[in-house]
Amino acid sequence: MFELVITYFAIPVIAISIFIVLLRVIKGPTIEDRIVAFDVLTAIGIAFIAVYAVKSESIKLLDGGLILALLAFLGTVAFAYYLERRTRK
Amino acid sequence: MKEFISVILVITGSLFILISAIGMLRMPDLYMRMSATTKAATLGVGFVLLGTAIHFWEVGIVSRSLIIISFLMLTAPVAAHMIGRAAYFDGVPLWKETIHDELQGKYDEETHELKS
Repeated sequence: MFELVITYFAIPVIAISIFIVLLRVIKGPTIEDRIVAFDVLTAIGIAFIAVYAVKSESIKLLDGGLILALLAFLGTVAFAYYLERRTRK
Repeated sequence: MKEFISVILVITGSLFILISAIGMLRMPDLYMRMSATTKAATLGVGFVLLGTAIHFWEVGIVSRSLIIISFLMLTAPVAAHMIGRAAYFDGVPLWKETIHDELQGKYDEETHELKS
């Protein structure tokens, strides 16, 4: 039953969410919108990796999720620091 | 029983992720969008990871899931605060029907220091 839920519910719903957030990345009027959208995109990507690890029965994939979480935080903070420094005199 | 719990957790988590994605698209303003996504996306990812951990129920998987969850919950507010601060100074407009801007005139425009 868990495999059926993963295959026919969790993976399609998460894939649709990734698509919707990508629309915001394309649309976003300012650069801050795009940074927030990428941050959310990596969080959803971690969820997708976890779900796919269940489906493919390979538990090593979760290491990729850990690295993705670390890199997303670093990237967001670096972008925010740069944008804030840009407007300061 | 274990399978039932993990099914419920994964379904709830994916629905929260879908709600946060819809909020990302539909909210009118950057600050409202951050409010929708930093809470709902973190909660949804946490539920999905918990469901995965309960499904496998091994030491390596459970510890990795707990580390990812705690790291997301620690870093999401910090990142959201820095992005919000940078966006406010960069002049990202508020929603046109916003009534009250609490920070207006409270910040020094040159040095970004808070004037009380």
